[in-house]
Amino acid sequence: MSLEIPPDLEALIDESITHYPVSKRSAVLPVLHHLQTHFRYLSSEIIEWAAAKLELEPIHILEVVTFYPGFRQEAPGKFHIRVCRTLSCAMAGSHELLASLCEKTGIDRKNVSHHHPIAVSPDGKFSIEFVECLASCGSAPVCMVEDDLYERVKDADEVLKSYF
Amino acid sequence: MSEPTTSDLVDVQIDGVWHQFPKGTRIIEACRQVGVEVPHYCYHPKLSSPGNCRMCLVQMGTPPRTAPGAEPTAPDETGHLPISWSPRPIIACANTVSPNLGIRTKGDLVDDCRKGVLEFLLANHPLDCPICDKAGECGLQEYSMEHGVGQSTFRERKVKKPKNVDVGPRIRLDDERCIMCSRCIRFVDEIVDDPVLGFTDRGSYTTLMVYPGRELANNYSLNTVDICPVGALTSNDFRFQMRVWFMRETKTIDTNCATGCNITVYARENKIYRVMPRRNNEVNSDWMPDSHRLSFHWIDGEDRLSDPMLKAEGGFRTANWIEVIKAAAKRLSGLSGDQIAIVASARMTNEELYVVSKLAKQLGSELLATVPRQGEPDGYLISADRNPNTNGARLILGEKAVSGGLDRVKSAIQQGQIKALLVFQEDLIADTGLDGVSLKKLDFLLVAHSCANETTAIADIAVPAACWAEVSGTMINGTGRLQRLNKALEGPGQTLPVWEIARDLLRALGSDDNCQSVTEIFRHLADDVAEFKGVAWGQIGDQGMPLIETGEIIPLLERERERKAAGIIVG
Repeated sequence: MSLEIPPDLEALIDESITHYPVSKRSAVLPVLHHLQTHFRYLSSEIIEWAAAKLELEPIHILEVVTFYPGFRQEAPGKFHIRVCRTLSCAMAGSHELLASLCEKTGIDRKNVSHHHPIAVSPDGKFSIEFVECLASCGSAPVCMVEDDLYERVKDADEVLKSYF
Repeated sequence: MSEPTTSDLVDVQIDGVWHQFPKGTRIIEACRQVGVEVPHYCYHPKLSSPGNCRMCLVQMGTPPRTAPGAEPTAPDETGHLPISWSPRPIIACANTVSPNLGIRTKGDLVDDCRKGVLEFLLANHPLDCPICDKAGECGLQEYSMEHGVGQSTFRERKVKKPKNVDVGPRIRLDDERCIMCSRCIRFVDEIVDDPVLGFTDRGSYTTLMVYPGRELANNYSLNTVDICPVGALTSNDFRFQMRVWFMRETKTIDTNCATGCNITVYARENKIYRVMPRRNNEVNSDWMPDSHRLSFHWIDGEDRLSDPMLKAEGGFRTANWIEVIKAAAKRLSGLSGDQIAIVASARMTNEELYVVSKLAKQLGSELLATVPRQGEPDGYLISADRNPNTNGARLILGEKAVSGGLDRVKSAIQQGQIKALLVFQEDLIADTGLDGVSLKKLDFLLVAHSCANETTAIADIAVPAACWAEVSGTMINGTGRLQRLNKALEGPGQTLPVWEIARDLLRALGSDDNCQSVTEIFRHLADDVAEFKGVAWGQIGDQGMPLIETGEIIPLLERERERKAAGIIVG
């Protein structure tokens, strides 16, 4: 599979690199964000493309990708759900929320591990990931579907209803 | 007025004693220079200093700041200001000395720092020293004994990481043993321009890895095993072969090319188990190529000659030295000088070459040659000249022998002018294009070589000669540096060094030459060959000495010097 970068995406990336005139290496984060927004996840082809673009070795990109949990190396579903598991949310029932979301979307998390944090529903519509703080501790438990934040979630249905 | 010679020096107090160091000296180096050891893992003088291991924490102090309006503190009778000690430690590797700086490498603060750092490093370490190759020379073992607490307060489970990872053709990685010093990453990045290593999953899972699909395969990869302070990177070749404390170390030099990398040979019971580079900032810095490092296995190979062999009906029979030397002298004595040619090797030491040159004089032979070995230079340490002692051969046998000598010998043999040929440490059929048919035109062929080969197979007399690891002597490298080899092993069976073989032949031919040792030969050589004049064996030392100007440079060293000048490395 050869990787195709649409011209407008590449233009966006090129523009972001111009913000770092001293060292292209500094543009790693914005470049990866643009790529993940477009491709949904960062495959090895994408990592290697980014390395070539920034005149780095692929390992230098992989170091960054594996450091930030926000970067995904595996394909998520159409709607990616992130459930917070940090203290306030954990105490307010985020584990139950996660279990309920999984049940309602048919997601099986048995293969989830440190290196494979994402589980996808069989129909590919939903994926779920337990994440660290989403910066809304006062309204725990919280989760995000794509870029939408859901606060004080009592019931998985109120999150999922607009996506089914 | 300040003295121009001392203006760049600053006064630094280390563990209560005042010293002077040039401005810009790293604290860790200042301590080393005055014999105070600062434990460290990530710091390496030939690599950049990221300061990430925190093992070299020391306490520092500076003169107290004068409060506004207050009288400045007066210097004491030694001219130094009092030191106001900081309660916060600093790393000694990346900080430099400053005027009136105080450093403490002992005391409660430093002890606590070292204990804490070691406890963290050991928290996830597998403690599998009994099966670890590094045991006995491991930085983690040594510092734990010296500075550690002995007991861990860690009660959680250890983090599991990849083990027995094939990171390249010659190296295996155990990520659980890794202490994340990043020396290997910096080495492949900064020295050999092959940045395939990196840390992924930074955090509690920090994992050293090779980018998937790539390999740590460059010809300098085994240097990462040397600089690994623990047993994370191990050499496939040495893995599980020998405990390090059983081996005897011999300082000598590599003979695979004209660079003459300084090495230490590790041997036990007359067998080499590993070769490691030895620091020489004029030759190989701290490094050596894998190809050279691993080329010792033939030394205890099956094809070593162990006894002198005389051609007999249907093949060879083993003989003793007295017999073969007598036989050789008899075959040579009837011949005139122009009927005899000698092929020596630029892989031989100066002392061996010198005795062979005497033999040539005794025989009246002027047809002398060495076998050239040209290859591609690698731009790092490997010289285009794959002979280790071409410069020695040039000085001792003469320029004519080194350039074009072999062609003259070949054509003289092919034209049938040569009746007898003496070959030392070369396989003519394999390496010179001379074939068995032309060599059979000779009436007499004597070959002294470490191994049986195609040329020894057709010789009239084939005798076992000691190889580089079995002799002491000197060689002159590509840059003109005189360097010493030291004998690490005994040769197999009746093996003798070439200088003894040539000397015995000399004496059998009527010479009264009776040199008994390499040092004695060197003395004669220094009297005889202009370039060696005035040089004494004892002054060569372990680091060698410049002898002649050749104009050759070693590219890796040039780049290291630039990095040193730029302040990136200590050098």
